[in-house]
Amino acid sequence: MYVAVKGGERAIDNAHAWLAEERRGDAAVPELAVAQIREQMTLAVNRVMAEGSLYDPDLAALAIKQARGDLIEAIFLIRAYRTTLPRLGASEPVETGAMRCDRRISATFKDVPGGQVLGPTFDYTHRLLDFALAAEGEVPEAATAAPDPAPKPRITGLLDRDGLIETEPASDETPPDLTREPLGFPAGRALRLQALTRSDEGFALGMAYSTQRGYGRNHPFVGELRLGRVGVEVEIPELGFAVEIAEIELTECETVNQFAGSKTEPPQFTRGYGLVFGQSERKAISMALVDRALRWEDLGEDFTGAPAQDAEFVISHGDNIQASGFLEHIKLPHYVDFQSELELVRRIRAEAAASAAEREAAE
Amino acid sequence: MTQAEIRGEAPGADYTFAYLDEQTKRMIRRALLKALAVPGYQVPFASREMPMPYGWGTGGVQVSAAVLTPEDTLKVIDQGADDTTNAVSIRKFFQKTAGIAVTEHTGEATVIQTRHRIPEAPLTEGQILVYQVPIPEPLRFLEPRETETRRMHALEEYGLMHVKLYEDIARHGEIATAYAYPVKIEGRYVMDPSPIPKFDNPKLRMAAIQLFGAGREQRIYALPPYTEVVSLDFEDHPFVPGKAEGACALCGSETSYLDEVIVDDRGGRMFVCSDTDYCAGRRAAGYRGEMAAEEGGA
Repeated sequence: MYVAVKGGERAIDNAHAWLAEERRGDAAVPELAVAQIREQMTLAVNRVMAEGSLYDPDLAALAIKQARGDLIEAIFLIRAYRTTLPRLGASEPVETGAMRCDRRISATFKDVPGGQVLGPTFDYTHRLLDFALAAEGEVPEAATAAPDPAPKPRITGLLDRDGLIETEPASDETPPDLTREPLGFPAGRALRLQALTRSDEGFALGMAYSTQRGYGRNHPFVGELRLGRVGVEVEIPELGFAVEIAEIELTECETVNQFAGSKTEPPQFTRGYGLVFGQSERKAISMALVDRALRWEDLGEDFTGAPAQDAEFVISHGDNIQASGFLEHIKLPHYVDFQSELELVRRIRAEAAASAAEREAAE
Repeated sequence: MTQAEIRGEAPGADYTFAYLDEQTKRMIRRALLKALAVPGYQVPFASREMPMPYGWGTGGVQVSAAVLTPEDTLKVIDQGADDTTNAVSIRKFFQKTAGIAVTEHTGEATVIQTRHRIPEAPLTEGQILVYQVPIPEPLRFLEPRETETRRMHALEEYGLMHVKLYEDIARHGEIATAYAYPVKIEGRYVMDPSPIPKFDNPKLRMAAIQLFGAGREQRIYALPPYTEVVSLDFEDHPFVPGKAEGACALCGSETSYLDEVIVDDRGGRMFVCSDTDYCAGRRAAGYRGEMAAEEGGA
């Protein structure tokens, strides 16, 4: 009658084989190439790179393919791979002011030095399903123009010149790295920003949205949102100077938020900052809003009890690999624990029934 | 192209021994030494992202990876059993990445990684028991903030825990914690023994080294051999280990921790040892439970 729960090993092997078959889907339909995912699912690739904390579009595309399109699973694959990579050095800070922008908009000024560049955005598309895409037709070539050589200085820099926005003190201090050091609290801004940039997009979005609805409101304007490519430079000790080793795509968002001020300090606008791998605007803006909300202490504001103001809450719960792992682990066997609870509940119930019977007899 | 090929090494050398690179293992060993020096204290460590999910034992796996040597023999159990899927998966992981010998016999293992149980057979000096820990902080469900709980440990401020245990008694007539039952180490730190049933708590004072790894929470703690471990209780409500009444249906043991198995839809149930190696050993020695014959015929 009773057969011990044996055969875990065979079950696992069979499950993996079945999974591989499900991933492939109908064999009559051509298989997706990694390059197709990289080129045509770019925003998924970007998200996997951003939250996987590894800038490699080919590996991200491979991870998406292997994960059957489950982006959190793909991010997990990238994170696990990243663990095994040796750390050869750290780059110089990237200069986003010198970004070769594909897109650069400001919501605070109608025109700005360097101009507004709309770029490749869904913003003004009408969300109508394009059935022509189902027919797999080629799109007509977009109009081209020569690259605009005009420098595109950061807009908050322009406000900074007039003293209208808080100055961000420059520092050459090596920023902490939560992938190498255990996370501790209180967490400084650099650490918070690192946690936010690799946090789950949905979590960051929800947190940012909650500030807009009054849970730690901070009145943000998008001072500037820019998307483009920057060079990554590494100083080579043998050479004694920095050389460019790569070019990466980044989305940067700087918000201009409501001012602080007092009788002695004239009011100034304050900042929120978001920087994310690839084209990830929703994430960059979310990050900037949450960053600003977390700065309440530095800016002498009140803690109103809003979740987005609570650094320990935000940072401890924003990582989707930690969260999904711990959430889903409850499907692993817990029968030993459950058994002990079962015994306990039975005993307490039996005791309660016995004392109820005693009371009845006494009445 | 694999990493090994890029480095010009033989295929299969993709990862260092036991997966983690040597620097990471060194970092973990430092945390382990500190943990052993301050028993019951939770040492923060820079937990790495492992190729299995958080919650599947990443802390235990990292600790095992840091202590394993090529000469070791590894046993992995989950819920006391060697053949549960996750135990199989972790054992395979170390076979693949470390090429070490594995065993299901408690006595033969030099390192045992466990989830939710302490083996029934007493461990001996020289063995290492590695626990997978989900929430290392015994005060977490009383106080969610890490900044607060660290302060409470530093000040030895454990009143809140006693209040919780007292409230249990007031409400239920007894302490309503059946697993992950809090213990005090050498009269100093209150520690979570991981979600083992409280039946296992008395075994925590043992000859082997016990190492606890919590990957997601980035904490390591430890108990050196023969460390004093006291399960929290009150004089008038002493700690009771507790287990299911009855005997194992396969080996007849009346002293081992039993799992309950529902055998039909009419309330029928049977009990079997959760420790599969212990149960198999007793059966090999000729002990028989009331349903052992049926199992042989199945």
